[in-house]
Amino acid sequence: MALAKRETRIEPQSTKAPPRAGVPVASLILGGLSFIGMMISIWMIFLYAPTEAVQGDVQRIFYFHVPMAWIGMLAFGIVAVGGIGYLIKKDERWDWVARAAAESGAVFITLAIILGSIWGKQTWGTWWTWDPKLTAVLVLWFMYIAYLMLRSYMGRSTSSAYAGAVLAIVGVIDVPIIYMSVQWWRTLHPGPEVANGDLPASVVLTLMVALVTFTLFYSFLMVQLYNLQKLQAQAQRLRAHVEYGLED
Amino acid sequence: MSTARTFLTQIAAILAKDIRSELRSKQTWISMGMFALLVLVIFNFAFDLRVDNKAAVVPGALWVAFIFASRRGLGRTIAAEQDGGSLDRLLLCPVDRKAIYLAKLLGNLLFIGVVEIVALPIFAALFDVPLFVGQLIPIVLLGTLGVATIGTLFSVMAAATRARELLLPLLVFPLIVPIVIAAVRATGSLLVPGGANEPPWLGLIIAFDIIFLSLATLLFQYVIEE
Repeated sequence: MALAKRETRIEPQSTKAPPRAGVPVASLILGGLSFIGMMISIWMIFLYAPTEAVQGDVQRIFYFHVPMAWIGMLAFGIVAVGGIGYLIKKDERWDWVARAAAESGAVFITLAIILGSIWGKQTWGTWWTWDPKLTAVLVLWFMYIAYLMLRSYMGRSTSSAYAGAVLAIVGVIDVPIIYMSVQWWRTLHPGPEVANGDLPASVVLTLMVALVTFTLFYSFLMVQLYNLQKLQAQAQRLRAHVEYGLED
Repeated sequence: MSTARTFLTQIAAILAKDIRSELRSKQTWISMGMFALLVLVIFNFAFDLRVDNKAAVVPGALWVAFIFASRRGLGRTIAAEQDGGSLDRLLLCPVDRKAIYLAKLLGNLLFIGVVEIVALPIFAALFDVPLFVGQLIPIVLLGTLGVATIGTLFSVMAAATRARELLLPLLVFPLIVPIVIAAVRATGSLLVPGGANEPPWLGLIIAFDIIFLSLATLLFQYVIEE
């Protein structure tokens, strides 16, 4: 706690909103909820949801793949919102949100692509196809990687935060255009169709529970990563303070 | 009125400076031009070109050559200023950041355009295709504009890091996927006329150009600030 008091002196932003004691509570609630949700989801996915008649148990990947892809896209939206917030407010807390979202989103989108490939190999007979959704998600993955590399190369500075914000804003506008252009491109060569029939209620319910659970889990991770970003920024400041006697 | 004229004068001054420096070194033109030619030659061997697959391969080869060659030019947008130590001086000038962006964009467009004009006839001869038909010039120009719009914006970011050679393509190529698809398709439909119900590819290129030109002009001030 003694350290925390010194931080408030060194870091101008935190004087406006002093570190609240309630932060661990938020983490505890989110962590507890996502743990309970995860248990329920796993039970529902493997025991409650019916086995798909044609695809068999492989279809259960669906309940992991869809929430992860959803989080992967949601997180990039948050990166862009954090970027816009930073450009307007010039407050580094927006940048911490953006970085935290990028780090977690990259993991989820990677898992979504891997799981989707395994599922695709079983049902479509191929690991990959240049379907609009797949292409847009792949490009999104490249943008995550570019974002993370850019940020790590540029270090923790104002220009790095600006560059990240610009990349995220351009990216978030570009992804729908990519989706549309691939859809046009593929009108001549229709890709494999995902079965789009009426899903049974139990399948929809399981998916919804899984979506809520993963969103909770993601929120939990976001809180942790945000705090990590904050600590890293403070550590860097303290180091600069100790080594050079600077307060930048 | 006078502010608009000042703005245009600023653009013209920066553009003239870049053209003069390029005319003296000729570094960008020669490296881009040779690169485009080499890609075309390699493609000729990589794909066994026959009459029946020409329409499928040729537009792709052309655009791969243009895009990879333009990467060379885009990388030098700001890197040349940095290496010469003139970036800080440029930023110290009382010049609107938008003018810097537009001048750099026009410069890139000009350098890439010159390379394309030289490469196109050679390309047509090497691949034995009638390229000077219909809308080819607008497609090439507008497609290049799209590539240059994104590329000029991100070249500044990439130049600020140690890994600019790696980061620039990583930042630019995913974002220009719509341009690549639309330009290749539009060029392909010129080679094989009569392709019914083709989506309006040129319209997609124009929409992409307008959206990202306005966005990049607005956002450029944030990436150039030191």
